[in-house]
Amino acid sequence: MSLKARIASVFDEPACPTNREKSETTRRKGCSKPLTPGAAAGGCAFDGAKIVLQPVTDVAHLIHGPLACEGNSWDNRHSASSGSDLWRRSFTTDLSELDIVMGNGEKKLFKAIRTIVERHDPPAIFVYSTCVAALIGDDIAAVCKRAGERFGRPVVPVEAPGFAGSKNLGNRLAGQTLLDHVIGTIEPDDVTPYDVNILGEYNLLGEFWFVKPLLEELGIRLRAVIPGDARYRDIATAHRAKANMMVCSSALINLARGMQERWGIPYFEGSFYGIADTSAAIRDICRLLVEGGASADLLDRADALIAREEAIAWQRIEPLKPRLAGKRVLLNTGGVKSWSMVDALQEAGMEVIRTSIKKSTEEDKARALAALKDEKHLFDRLPPREIYRMLADGEADIMLSGSRTQFIALKAKTPWLDVNQERHHPYAGYEGFVELLKRIDLAVNSPVFPALRAPAPWDETGRLLEGTDTPAEVTHSFRKFADGVLEDADDC
Amino acid sequence: MSATEVRSLSTNPLKSSQPLGAAYAFLGIEGAMPLLHGSQGCTAFALVLFVRHFKETIPIQTTAMNEISTVLGGADHLEEAIVNIRTRANPKLIGVCTTALVETRGEDFAADIASIVDRRADVLGDCRVVLAETPDFRGSIEEGWSAAVTAMIDALTQPAVRRDPERLVILAPSHFTVGDIEVMRQTAELFGFVPVVLPDISGSLDGTVPDRWIPSAYGGTTVADIETLGAACHCIAIGEHMRRPAEALKRETGLAYTLLPTLTGLAAADRFVALLARLSGRPVPASIRRRRSQLQDAMLDGHFHFGGRKMAIAAEPDLLYQMASFFAEMGAETSVAIASTPDSAILEAVPAEVVVGDLGDLEQRAVGADLLVSHAHGRQASERLGIPLFRVGFPIFDRLGAQHRRSALYEGTRDLIFEVANTLIAADHHHPTPESLDPLRNRETLHDSRPSPEPRRH
Repeated sequence: MSLKARIASVFDEPACPTNREKSETTRRKGCSKPLTPGAAAGGCAFDGAKIVLQPVTDVAHLIHGPLACEGNSWDNRHSASSGSDLWRRSFTTDLSELDIVMGNGEKKLFKAIRTIVERHDPPAIFVYSTCVAALIGDDIAAVCKRAGERFGRPVVPVEAPGFAGSKNLGNRLAGQTLLDHVIGTIEPDDVTPYDVNILGEYNLLGEFWFVKPLLEELGIRLRAVIPGDARYRDIATAHRAKANMMVCSSALINLARGMQERWGIPYFEGSFYGIADTSAAIRDICRLLVEGGASADLLDRADALIAREEAIAWQRIEPLKPRLAGKRVLLNTGGVKSWSMVDALQEAGMEVIRTSIKKSTEEDKARALAALKDEKHLFDRLPPREIYRMLADGEADIMLSGSRTQFIALKAKTPWLDVNQERHHPYAGYEGFVELLKRIDLAVNSPVFPALRAPAPWDETGRLLEGTDTPAEVTHSFRKFADGVLEDADDC
Repeated sequence: MSATEVRSLSTNPLKSSQPLGAAYAFLGIEGAMPLLHGSQGCTAFALVLFVRHFKETIPIQTTAMNEISTVLGGADHLEEAIVNIRTRANPKLIGVCTTALVETRGEDFAADIASIVDRRADVLGDCRVVLAETPDFRGSIEEGWSAAVTAMIDALTQPAVRRDPERLVILAPSHFTVGDIEVMRQTAELFGFVPVVLPDISGSLDGTVPDRWIPSAYGGTTVADIETLGAACHCIAIGEHMRRPAEALKRETGLAYTLLPTLTGLAAADRFVALLARLSGRPVPASIRRRRSQLQDAMLDGHFHFGGRKMAIAAEPDLLYQMASFFAEMGAETSVAIASTPDSAILEAVPAEVVVGDLGDLEQRAVGADLLVSHAHGRQASERLGIPLFRVGFPIFDRLGAQHRRSALYEGTRDLIFEVANTLIAADHHHPTPESLDPLRNRETLHDSRPSPEPRRH
């Protein structure tokens, strides 16, 4: 299938509610919004594909292109691995001008694959296409096929060159790659009625490990978490799971639906952010498993575990409540988080003054509205200048957002916490939510902000302000001696 | 603050001796030669510690007390040492620092020195002799430093006959580095002042190569400057241990002083700068305001790494106060505060519960802290506890460039924020594991004492 056809197919997503609402003609156009030259922000399709696939830990990820694609982006994500660290190593063919002009790309790629096999002997290699490689027509699929035969292991072409479209498109192309080349290629011999996959979970900072032991306590077996802390074999056998939970819908919805179509695996969308959401996700996993033939008592055991964990979490939150009470939060994340965090923040005593509904579905918007009661608390996008004004004027005590807007808050001398992908703390599950509240406490109550907001003891021209606190003796000494004449030294 | 406890054992001492502190102060005087009045070892150990810290030749001499002079009295040794030093090194000032040996014996050193100076005036010429009584059974570096500066003012400074509105006396504390003094001086100069810093190790221990052999301290405050200290518009004393010399200066010359306990942190730097603006009557220059803004940004970027962190500090009282109040300003908690000596009034102001103790106490109490803050000898505790050590104070013998690290004023505080944050970032080699995050672990301890993982910056 050509790249163009593949793009059309990943965008014609019957499971996507936004897509369903479209008319036949608009659906055919796909959901790729044309990017505006000079006013675009965000990653390319290659970026999106790499984000989704790169956390697979024991695979060598080889980027076929000139340096920038990999050289400027490697080791920039915080997924955690319980095994191999091969995924963090950066492999690129670093195409040179001569390679491009002479058409040496394919040869170089093949040699690079061989070198990786010799040095690291990984169970599989993912080869990522890039703009230049696609432009000069390197046949990555053919090279991968040949290398796979030669070296006796899967060599998977990931064809998502940057110019193909947005990051989101890249996410989906990556999902498609897994469907086409990886999932279902190994038949497991240890299937149980309690096998589940989690799709779109990145195990950032190892946060999924806050959740995994709880599922395991219920006897649930995680066949594959894609891609967080996944190994190649986990993904290759993922088609035998009995249920799929999809964490980030816009990224991997095609993967979930594809697995349902091909192998009949039911899926639901859920989130491990916030207490209520974590509980709902655990219940939904159990419900799908029971529907698929697992013992019905799983639901009761899940309820007992949820009750226990929620009680512990609230107990831990209790001492934080007085420190968080009445703090006003500007939530600037969008998507699912436009509402999923609101309930929990409110429950902890904070007030969400506004929440962003960018990238949110109609359902997300409805739930955000339900949580915040009034349309005026919802906003689509705020220009940076407006965010700065709100924060500088003290309309919020803290902003929770992604790192893109970090410096708007900090330059407005306002506490800020990263709640998106580039954050530095694990927030998933019950314990993760307690961690999030602790981080909010540290940020919103940091003494740095009042110190920074206190005006300097001088005006913009550097002239001392009236009433500046100077020790009495100073003025005395200055008045007396500034003219350089000593009147009565013994008097002091 | 807990009362001084009587203890019979000091494990891994935090203190350095009082005569070492006094000798250190004399090293900030141009052409000075510190002379430790005690046995050879007193000087040799101090010398070795200085050399390890500064990586420089350090002029420091000994009266080489022996068994007989210890029994019969050390005046002869003192005289011989002073005359020999004068003849061989031709210093402008000899700073006699008494040690526990001679103080325990007990002699009238002041009278002895007066008599020596009188009798040997022909040899001594214009070389001044100053006595600092600094037995090492009391105090530590700060006390010794303070005693030496006070002794110099008492002995050398003359009653003032005029006030120069451009001259400003700054009494620098013992923990100020060459870098701190430079930034402080430059800031004062921007207001049109001609600052006299006492002691001024920035001229003597800044690691320059003078291209000839000089056996005494070179650079530093001149004796003439000390004599005319009173001819200034004001005196700024930094650190509680500089109150004594500031008082002495006021007594001698009537010069009023302002004591600033620290110059580290935004508010403290503001106080210093506002004081200079008030004294000079000039506006705060744009370059200083720019640096203030840079510090603000450093605080914003840095606070993520300080929030909720537990710091364990062991240091001399004023340095302890400086670090603990800096951490408090940045949102970190000083969970352990160990002071080397009990007597400083600043200990009351330290935002933590202060214990007087040693590095053994630090090691015992710092379990669970995120960072140890002490001089280089803290490394043993750091190794055993697996907690990184942030080196401050004296001695720092296992890192280069200690004399150029800054913590004073806007730029020093900015440096300090970055250095501490980088130390914490570098120490984060524990990647998260399934075990470290397992929510079912430690269920019996409900109040989560697990430290949060260090934010990783890529």
